Amino acid sequence: MLINHGKLIHFFRIAKEVTGRKKLQKMIYILKKSNVPFEEKYEFHFYGPYSEELTLRVEELCNLGFLEEKREDKSRYFQYHYQITEAGEKFLEQLSFDMPDIRKKVEMLQSKSSRFLELVSTLLYFEDLPQAEQIEKLHQMKPKQNFTSEEIDEAYRFIQEIRTH
Amino acid sequence: MAYKYEQLSEEKVFKDPVHRYVHVRDRVIWDLIATPEFQRLRRIKQLGTTNLTFHGAEHSRFNHSLGVYEIVRRIIENFKERPEWDNEERLLCLCAALLHDLGHGPFSHSFEKVFKLDHEFFTQQIIVGDTKVNRILEKVEPGFARKVADVIAKTYEDKLVVSLISSQIDADRMDYLQRDAFYTGVSYGHFDMERILRVMRPMEDQVVIKSTGMHAVEDYIMSRYQMYWQVYFHPVTRSAEVILSKIFLRAKHLYQEQRYKFKLEPTHFISLFEGKVSLEDYLKLDESIVQYYFQLWQEEDDEVLRDLCERFMNRRLFKYVEFNPNSQYRDLVELTELFKEAGIDPKYYLEVDSSSDLPYDFYRPGEEEERLPIHLLMPDGSLKELSRESDIVEAISGKRRTDHKLYFPLDKLKALTDNRIKRQIMEILYGQGESIYVD
Repeated sequence: MLINHGKLIHFFRIAKEVTGRKKLQKMIYILKKSNVPFEEKYEFHFYGPYSEELTLRVEELCNLGFLEEKREDKSRYFQYHYQITEAGEKFLEQLSFDMPDIRKKVEMLQSKSSRFLELVSTLLYFEDLPQAEQIEKLHQMKPKQNFTSEEIDEAYRFIQEIRTH
Repeated sequence: MAYKYEQLSEEKVFKDPVHRYVHVRDRVIWDLIATPEFQRLRRIKQLGTTNLTFHGAEHSRFNHSLGVYEIVRRIIENFKERPEWDNEERLLCLCAALLHDLGHGPFSHSFEKVFKLDHEFFTQQIIVGDTKVNRILEKVEPGFARKVADVIAKTYEDKLVVSLISSQIDADRMDYLQRDAFYTGVSYGHFDMERILRVMRPMEDQVVIKSTGMHAVEDYIMSRYQMYWQVYFHPVTRSAEVILSKIFLRAKHLYQEQRYKFKLEPTHFISLFEGKVSLEDYLKLDESIVQYYFQLWQEEDDEVLRDLCERFMNRRLFKYVEFNPNSQYRDLVELTELFKEAGIDPKYYLEVDSSSDLPYDFYRPGEEEERLPIHLLMPDGSLKELSRESDIVEAISGKRRTDHKLYFPLDKLKALTDNRIKRQIMEILYGQGESIYVD
């Protein structure tokens, strides 16, 4: 019971701080696609894979006092920062579930921009297609982003690397 | 005439209590409705277990799918003269609207959770796989089925087309809110859809709302909010969902144990239990089949499966108390132990249900490019996000209420003969002084 909440708190404990809701969405998606057993259901939205379930669960964790959410006014939009609280740490101690070691993966994700993670998660979303079609779909879905072939190559290298850790 | 443009010799109509009539003129739509894959939706209720709370809620995914089709048809009628709209996309939109829920399984939500399935995956499979639906779509033109599947998956390149079927103010939501309100009999889900359809404007990659229509949209947002708490998240319906999940879980565990022999081989469930469901197997599943098994499982030797099925069929549901996972988690651990001591398996008889377990949401502005919000088209041609203009929407899309409840079989607890355990459990659930529950 509440194991899916626990897995997310575990992630926040390792990530220490996550900046940006979009980045959070993409981080969990990429981890899920790298065999980390998150169960939030994702669908494709304008900005790539998005999970309403994750949004709701994070909201619950904030309302329960397990996560702290800070809102920063960036004039055109608000940016959100998330951190685990002491209550969250205590709650986590009482749960028991199996999770692989995700420290290296989270570190890799933290070091990347949300634009890059959007690229990676979109490629992963179409990974059942042949590679050329994945790239075609990426450009179709995100024509305004103008992802370069260097960025795309880097994204594929990143996918390979994060899956081996 | 090419099949794509073929019209019926005269218009067919379906009488519909929400939209009065659903109008069909395209041969393709008529043929799709007649497929076994689409007819199967008659046997899947739109609101799953809600009819155990609101007895009128017996409407099916079939009704809803026709409703979504009808709304999209009306939107396109309004759009067809506008330069931003490409009428060549018309049939694609209509097919996607009609077929968007094709992959729903019986009691979809609990079913998917337990068996780790995704109805959207099956919608895609039915459309692009070896089915009657696929053959009709491919007759329109080769590759058309793939396009329909892409619109439904929101991965079609024309975002305007996608946003008609799936966005914060789309045909899907406009139909289910009104339909669910109608069939449950509640007075919350009503809004002026005709007005909304009149103020919708197509733009390059989304549908926007002319600013003079803001109040009609406010009503729609309010209705979404009210329906969420009053109908979709109703605690009694949630109790039925908990029991349903536990039945699926128990049956799966029994099958996996191998030692257990079902009185009747659960043929329809075997591929689910084994985690390898083919499209053919999936299409054989509907709520009539599932309830047939529930009926039979009331005679099973396994006490837990028998009891859970009997509860579901006869509406002997679990009771609930409010639960705060922060301040009461220790109570839950203690309760789990006490249940075990009392011989009531907590795996099947104790459950926390959270608002995030529900497949419905209410409006959020989608800050920071999370997902596309509702935009108002201002008189000067600029776009403004709805909650920045509407105080009502801002108020209900701000800090959100979340909810957790703990479910348990009170009748079983009352029947415990060990008064010490019974008292301890009751005190945790209902607090001190609730010894009325102890004989």
